[in-house]
Amino acid sequence: MDVSSCDVLVVGGGAAGLRAAIAIAEANLNLRVAVISKVYPMRSHTVSAEGGAAAVIKPNDSLDEHAYDTISGGDWLCDQDAVEAFVNEAPVEMLRLEHWGCPWSRQPDGRVAVRSFGGMKVERTWFAADKTGFHMLHSLFQTTLKYEAIQRYDECFVTKLLVEKGRCQGVVAIEVATGKILAITAKAVILATGGCGKVFPFTTNGAIKTGDGMALAYRAGAPLKDMEFVQYHPTGLPLTGILITEATRSEGGWLLNKDGYRYLQDYDLGKPQPKPVLRSMELGPRDRLSQAFVKEQAKGRTLEGPYGHYVHLDIRHLGEKLIDKKLPFVRALCRKYVNLDPVKEMIPVRPVVHYMMGGIHTDIYGATPLPGLYAAGEAACVSINGANRLGSNSLTECLVFGARAGQAAAAFAAEQKETNPAISAQARDEQRRLEESFLRKTDGKERIAPLREEMHKNMEACAGIYRTGAELKRAAQVLRGLQDRFHDLQLDDRSYTFNTELTAALELSFMLDVAEGIVASAFARQESRGSHQRTDHPQRDDDKFLAHSLAYRSPEGPPRIEHLPVTITRWPPGQRVYGK
Amino acid sequence: MAETITLSVARYRPEEEAEPTVQTYEVPYRKDWVVLDALNYIKDQLDGSLSFRWSCRMGVCGSCGMTVNGEPKLTCAVFLSDYLPGPIRVEPLQYFPIVRDLVVDISDFLEKLQKVKPWIILKEEKPLSEGEYRQTPDQLDTYKQFSMCINCMLCYAACPIYGLEPGFVGPAAIALAQRYNLDSRDMGAQERLDILSQKGGIWDCTFVGECTKVCPENVDPAGAIQQYKLAGAAHWFKSLLLPWGAK
Repeated sequence: MDVSSCDVLVVGGGAAGLRAAIAIAEANLNLRVAVISKVYPMRSHTVSAEGGAAAVIKPNDSLDEHAYDTISGGDWLCDQDAVEAFVNEAPVEMLRLEHWGCPWSRQPDGRVAVRSFGGMKVERTWFAADKTGFHMLHSLFQTTLKYEAIQRYDECFVTKLLVEKGRCQGVVAIEVATGKILAITAKAVILATGGCGKVFPFTTNGAIKTGDGMALAYRAGAPLKDMEFVQYHPTGLPLTGILITEATRSEGGWLLNKDGYRYLQDYDLGKPQPKPVLRSMELGPRDRLSQAFVKEQAKGRTLEGPYGHYVHLDIRHLGEKLIDKKLPFVRALCRKYVNLDPVKEMIPVRPVVHYMMGGIHTDIYGATPLPGLYAAGEAACVSINGANRLGSNSLTECLVFGARAGQAAAAFAAEQKETNPAISAQARDEQRRLEESFLRKTDGKERIAPLREEMHKNMEACAGIYRTGAELKRAAQVLRGLQDRFHDLQLDDRSYTFNTELTAALELSFMLDVAEGIVASAFARQESRGSHQRTDHPQRDDDKFLAHSLAYRSPEGPPRIEHLPVTITRWPPGQRVYGK
Repeated sequence: MAETITLSVARYRPEEEAEPTVQTYEVPYRKDWVVLDALNYIKDQLDGSLSFRWSCRMGVCGSCGMTVNGEPKLTCAVFLSDYLPGPIRVEPLQYFPIVRDLVVDISDFLEKLQKVKPWIILKEEKPLSEGEYRQTPDQLDTYKQFSMCINCMLCYAACPIYGLEPGFVGPAAIALAQRYNLDSRDMGAQERLDILSQKGGIWDCTFVGECTKVCPENVDPAGAIQQYKLAGAAHWFKSLLLPWGAK
């Protein structure tokens, strides 16, 4: 076992984690900052984000418009104080990234260009062609290299948070290359590990999105908030789930059913116009578009292929020149993965799990209820995303709340004395657990893949776009059964060197915890709001559920659910109106 | 019987064996499958002990570079159908130390990347309250292609100079240095040129050009190195004739 220490430890090297690390390095020159990630930072899933990042910068826009689009998009479940802080700080955070070299797409006069996105009344999405997340991540990562205070633990997999005397004081991790156990003590820890799309079988998320940070916090006693809100992006490629960015629609793409009809007009999203209209039709919010697909399928008006039902995304009328300039990655992805050229052919698409509105419960400074523990980015739930995140808010959220969590954690760390030596005993216990439960275990009968497949099947069947209480109850029982079977797991790989079967087992265990949080929260919410649609409770119920769900771990059995009122400042709950 | 295809996969488990070996696996043949899908089939169904890196499966995270039938490739971007009738040889990227099976040690690249200062260098940054630095679409285009590097390491695995001289800073790091040199916001070109003119820098390259051929993102590292050599030569020439002119 290897013991080391730092002042603030950031878990995760994507946009939120790297932004936090820089914020700490700049806030207090005396603090030792470290970023620990199970992958090299430039592999983090921020890299896959395509369309853009929202921030008010144009004279025809306003902070209130951004706030209203976000709050109505979130079906009034957003905390409005958080949203106000977010829209206020978004422009300066985006400018900072411009100063750090992010290659934003530009207007002819050299100013940053913006495009529209779904659910947005005024164009405010900054973009770097259609590889925005990739460029943001690499700009941030390369910028971190100039800070000597930022140390890295690359390819180190965190297995446990060290909590002593009611305070988070570090982590235990496996150095993947060697299998060595690391005990890293810290005065504050920030979880920025991203989402958990891999809980579902069909997702835009990369293999690494297994809810690690969410499960780590949950196991340490911090609650998970609003986990029932799972965003389906309306346009993923069948089979692979590769994302076809919303920017295709903001540039003027159409969604067509099997008859070539723009079916969204039948779902209260406005009437088709030749040019894109903001907050209308194809530029409606993601939850409503994904729900319309399911209804269209029920009417028998979708197409059917080897990988399930789909509709067509048509961008042919945009022309080759625009597609190559603004959507080159979409063209490349289509050519590579579905063997067609969107300049000449329509793209087959279907809804695909994309983003978790829920996450680790934090306040607007990124602090969780567990002292010393902070969270930011998709792993966290502040909440600015409510019941449905507005497209292009998540990348900006990583910057704004990454910076906020970094500053708050730095201030907290500066006030703490040295960490408690008793935690090395905890780290030794964790090492023993990993040896006994996985590496030295010989009597197990279960394998990883079948358990994972069963979790997938169960989540897709019971916790998808439309849900019922009865199905969710069944899903909860299946997950309990999988938790039991997990204890009987047997690995093929006993090696200490780069053992990816061990990390896959730990990821599966994290995902099972997170899946239980999703299902229990969805069961308790007996209403329909945003992305959470209960066919047995089809209406929004503000009397009972204008409140966040908090899922707490209970020692045995499924999570305990509590509710916490939503913070309303200036926008009383109203109807979500699109296409008017 | 369903159709299958054979994968010959390089194995190396340093705790058990001194040298890499080869293991063959039969996997279902599906025309929609990329090579990475077949590796995941092996891991899930046949042999949980096979180790490799992957994440996005859409050619942008840069994790899954391996040698496929002798050529460096992203395994999420080459299809089983590209290699019919098989067998398909899958090996780790060459010129890097092998950690385990298909996993190589790329820490050398991370050190070299940091050395070339891949960040915006300014004498003084303007305050954020003054807004963005103006950059026209044409100015963006001058460096854009070099900013597309996903650090997948295929260019290092293709570079015979890196194979012979591990001290060579290598194609991707030089391309990324040039990405910042050409950025209208940056003022660090001289600092980077000083670093890259040293041993292991641009002069090690004999312009084989393999780096550009294998790049999955159409970055042109060979072009970056050529541009750099011209800049370096002009600088040397000026400093020789006009000692004050190179400052």
